[in-house]
Formats: sequence, structure tokens, C-alpha cells
Amino acid sequence: MSTIVLLAVTGLGLGALYFLVAAGLSLIWGLMRVLNFAHGAFFTVASYAAWSASQALASASPWLQWFVALLVGMVTGGLFATLSEAVLIRPLYQRHIGQVLVTVGLALATVALVEGGFGSDPRPVSMPAWMSATSPLFGAAIANTRIVAIVAAALVLLLLLFFLRRTRYGLIVRAGVENRAMVSALGIDVQRAFTLVFAIGGTAAGLAGVLAATYYGTIDPARGTSMLISAFIVVVIGGLGSITGSALAAVIVGLLQQFLNFYAATGVGDFAVVILLAVVLLVRPAGLLGASS
Amino acid sequence: MKRLRGGALVLGVIVLVAIVLPFLHVPLPGLMEGTLDSPGTLNLLGLCFVFGALALSYDVVFGYTGLLSFGHALYFATGVYVTAIALARWHWSMPQALALTAVVALVLPLVLGAICLRTREISFAMVTLAFAEAGSLLVLQNPFGLTGGEEGLALGAGVLPAALAGVVNTRNLYWIALAFLVVVCAIVWWAVNSPPGRVWQAIRENERRVAVLGLNPYLYKLGAFVLSGFLASGAGVVYLLLQGGANPQVTTASFTLTLLVMVVLGGVGTLWGAVIGGIVYEYLDFRLVELSNASALQNLPAVLRVPLSEPLFILGTLFIVLVLFVPGGLGSLFRRANRRPANA
Repeated sequence: MSTIVLLAVTGLGLGALYFLVAAGLSLIWGLMRVLNFAHGAFFTVASYAAWSASQALASASPWLQWFVALLVGMVTGGLFATLSEAVLIRPLYQRHIGQVLVTVGLALATVALVEGGFGSDPRPVSMPAWMSATSPLFGAAIANTRIVAIVAAALVLLLLLFFLRRTRYGLIVRAGVENRAMVSALGIDVQRAFTLVFAIGGTAAGLAGVLAATYYGTIDPARGTSMLISAFIVVVIGGLGSITGSALAAVIVGLLQQFLNFYAATGVGDFAVVILLAVVLLVRPAGLLGASS
Repeated sequence: MKRLRGGALVLGVIVLVAIVLPFLHVPLPGLMEGTLDSPGTLNLLGLCFVFGALALSYDVVFGYTGLLSFGHALYFATGVYVTAIALARWHWSMPQALALTAVVALVLPLVLGAICLRTREISFAMVTLAFAEAGSLLVLQNPFGLTGGEEGLALGAGVLPAALAGVVNTRNLYWIALAFLVVVCAIVWWAVNSPPGRVWQAIRENERRVAVLGLNPYLYKLGAFVLSGFLASGAGVVYLLLQGGANPQVTTASFTLTLLVMVVLGGVGTLWGAVIGGIVYEYLDFRLVELSNASALQNLPAVLRVPLSEPLFILGTLFIVLVLFVPGGLGSLFRRANRRPANA
């Protein structure tokens, strides 16, 4: 029993990280039809900015250090994403493939730069003692980092749903996902919504970057890329453009990976996830909760 | 017609020069580490040829047929790993190993392509990515100790025929790579100018219209996918010979992304563009590493030194600049330069 609880919470924690990266990807795709390969770079840059901030505050209390790092990570992710949209993606407004290619170039260049600056080896992350401790839950000792990741992802999901369903800008984003041409025909500046989804997506990816650093206890330049691929899989399984779909798919993918890796053999879980993606796309091309167009 | 003959002449001269290159004991300061006939230079040139051919094979699906596949690394890796396993693990002879690789290289893209092509556009990109990821995970898992997992699989001594082994025989490998590139160019040139090749380009422009004309786009797309996968596996075999081993790097999604970069760098949907893109990319990727160790660079302040010593940073930035300002790729620069006098 305790093993099952442990696996479930670990899987949910992993799913939480996937969701935080996938949410932005899904919104950006839904509104702009851009497959954002630079999303992993937002994640990586944010986690290194957060790490540098906490190094600079080495003498402060661990909790203050962690919160400042969290803030720095989110702000860096958001700013970097907003800037990339404004400088690189906006000029290519009419050229779809061009936008995707630019994000590919940005991802390659950024990860290389981080590797050049910080080296390619993983670096340990300092965190409050409570984080690396465990809490008892249904007889299992659960690492607190898992709980933090799950709570944070749940909060982000609620905030995003509130934003999308209860605010004016959320309405514009939702309408844009449905029919972008109609929204701009009604005289609404969709361009501003583009910047907004990039800012939101980048902030969420930055949050994921900091939480992943505490989750794994280290940061390394390559993790952003592997996160990005997992997030792609989550977004596509959940249905491109659907936030709830991404959340559902993130939970499924995280749990499937953990349970199969434990009960079958290491690696089988990862394998099963890609097979699941292929099956979902062939049976339901729009994804679990995606609108079939 | 006259232009074609002139072009063929230029090509013939380039190929001839490339053939006699290993006999030239000429130093190329700045461009290459050693003299032209040194094994290091020949190996690098051979790798450039392989990547030129590989980029061209990717251009068949991406550039000519308009299918954005994210799984091309899988077919390249098939060539690398099937041959390596047959040679090093099962101790098969070279012809046997090549025969097995050829069969797998035909069947795998046929089966996976038949499945993937049931979807389109972004779904297609994702399904191909999924299968390639599955392949990558399989290689890393090291099933039955066949692939060597993360460490890769070295061919070791005595596995290759004597004419292909050892530093002394690098020039033989160079010629094989050159011959392979020429053959791939010929095949792709012939294929894209054949009637099915014209249908590929029509599918890229407007698939529905092709269907309305009574042709079955699915079969044509499958044909392009299989040809492209088969040629990529061939490139994998030559790469294996040049490198003397297999490494899991070639199975990753990042590897497919670099192929995408190569093709866009040179010019999408053009024969010479893709080849030039592949050659230039591989050359820069290799040479920029050496540049990063150059003494001139070591004296620069860290703000400049760190970015300049990362080849992928330079290539990524170059790529962004090209996408933003030269949408047709490097190939279009040449064409523009060629056209100007004609217009005047």
C-alpha cells in the first residue's frame, strides 16, 4: 500500500512539472499555432537565474533564499518569453514555419550559452531543510518537494482557469483559440494577447524550472529539452489548446511512467508513454479533450 | 539546355577535384587543421559528405513533399545501429550486415510511415517524434546488451575489412562517402524530376487538389517517406564506417532538429541547398570547436569568449538570422547573385 501511495505521489509530482511546462505550450499553440521549441529554454534559463540568485543570497535564511529564487525564476521565465515573442516571433507573423524555426534556433543557442557559462555538469541546489525531508501520508514517507510541486501546479491550474473563464483578457484568449480571424475582425488587438500568452507560458515554465530544481536537487542544461519533449507529449495527448486536457494528460503520463518504471522495468514507463501518444493520435487525432476541427 | 550543360560541367569539375583531393599534400591554414591529405581532414570531409547526403534525404520528405517529420534520426540511427550490431555483436561479414540493414531500412519506414501518414501536419510531426523517441529509449535501454546503451557501440579491431580499417585507409572511407553523396544526389535528382516526384511537390502545394485529380496522396507520401528513410539509413552506414562506432547521440530528437537546421540553412526544397546546408553545418560544428581553443579567443573577455566558444550558440544564432532575413536559405543567396546580371 505504502509503495502504491509513494509511486502515485511521485508520479503526480512529475505530472505537475509536466503540466507547468505544457500549459504555456498549449496556450501558445492554441492561440498562435506556433509549436514553441524555445519553451525548454525558458525553463532552463529560469532555473539557472534562480540558482544564481540563491547563490548570491547564500548568507540569508534558507526560506528567504528559496522564495527569492522562486520569484527570480518566474520573472526571468516571463521576461525572456515576452522578449522572444516581441523580438523574434512577431516579425514573422505571416510565416508560420519561420516562427517554429526561430524557436528551434533560440532553443539551440540558449542551451549552448547556458552550457558555456555554467558547464554541462549538474549543479546541486540548496534548499530549506524541510524541502528535503519527508512527510508521512497513508503510511508512506512522501518527499516534501513532491507535495510542493503538486500544490503549485494545482494553484496554477486554478489561476489559469479563473483567468480564462472570468476575465476579459481570458475571454479574448479563448475566443482567439476558437477563431482568431473573427476576433481581430471585431477590432480586438490579438497581438497583445499573443504577448500575454507568451508571458504567462514563460512564467509557468520558469516556475517549473525552479520547482524541478528542488524536485531533483540539481539543475543541468539538458533537462529543459527532455522536459519539453515530455510536455509536447502531454499537450498532444490532452488536446492542443485545452488547459484541462493538458492537466489530465499530465496526470496520466506521470502516473503511467512511475508505475510501469517500478513494476515492469526501468524505461518501460517512458516507452509506454510514447506508445500512448501514438495510439491517442491515431484513434483520436485531436487529443483527449481537444476540439475536433 | 545550355545552362544545364554548363551546370553539369561545373559539377563534373567539382567531383573530379573532390576525387583527387586525398593526393594533394597542401596545407590549408585556418580552414583545416592538417594538410588536405591528412587523415583528420579527410575524415572531416567524409563526415561533411555524409551529412550533406543525410540533409538531402530529409529534404525529400520535408522540402519536396511538405511533411514535417520529427523522426528522421530514427532512420539514420537504424543504418548506424543495425550494421554495427550485425558486425560487432554477431560477427557477420560486411555483405551480410549490409543486406540485413537494407531490409530493415526498407521495412521500418514502410511500416511506421504507413501508420504515421494516417495523421497530418502537427499530429504527423508528433507521431513521428514519438516513434523516434521510442527508438532512442530502446537504444539507451541496451536490450540484450546489443546497443551498448549510453556508452554506444565501438566496432573494435578486426571487425571491418582491412581496406576500411585504420588511419592509413581514411582516404578509402573518404571516397566511399564521396561516392555515396554523388549517388544520393543522383537518386534524389532523378526521383524529384520523375512523375511521382512531381506529385510530391504538388502535394506540398495543395494536397486536396492532388486528391481531386484522382491520385492517391497517401501512396505518394508513403513512397517519399520510404525513399527518404532508406537513404538516411545508407548515410548511417557510411557514418558508422567513418566514426568506427555507434553513439546514442544520433537517435535523439535534438539530432533531427539539427537536420532541420541544415536543410533550412541551405534552402528548403532545393537539391543543392540541402547538400550545402549539411556540409556547411557539419564543417562549422567541427571547426568552431577548434576555434574555441584558439589562442586569439582565450585572450578575449569572458562576455565574448564564452558565447564564441560554443559552436551551437553560433550556429543557432546564425540560423535565427537566416530565418529572419534570408528566408530562402544560403542557396538563395547564390541564386540571387546569379540572377542579377541576367536582369540587367
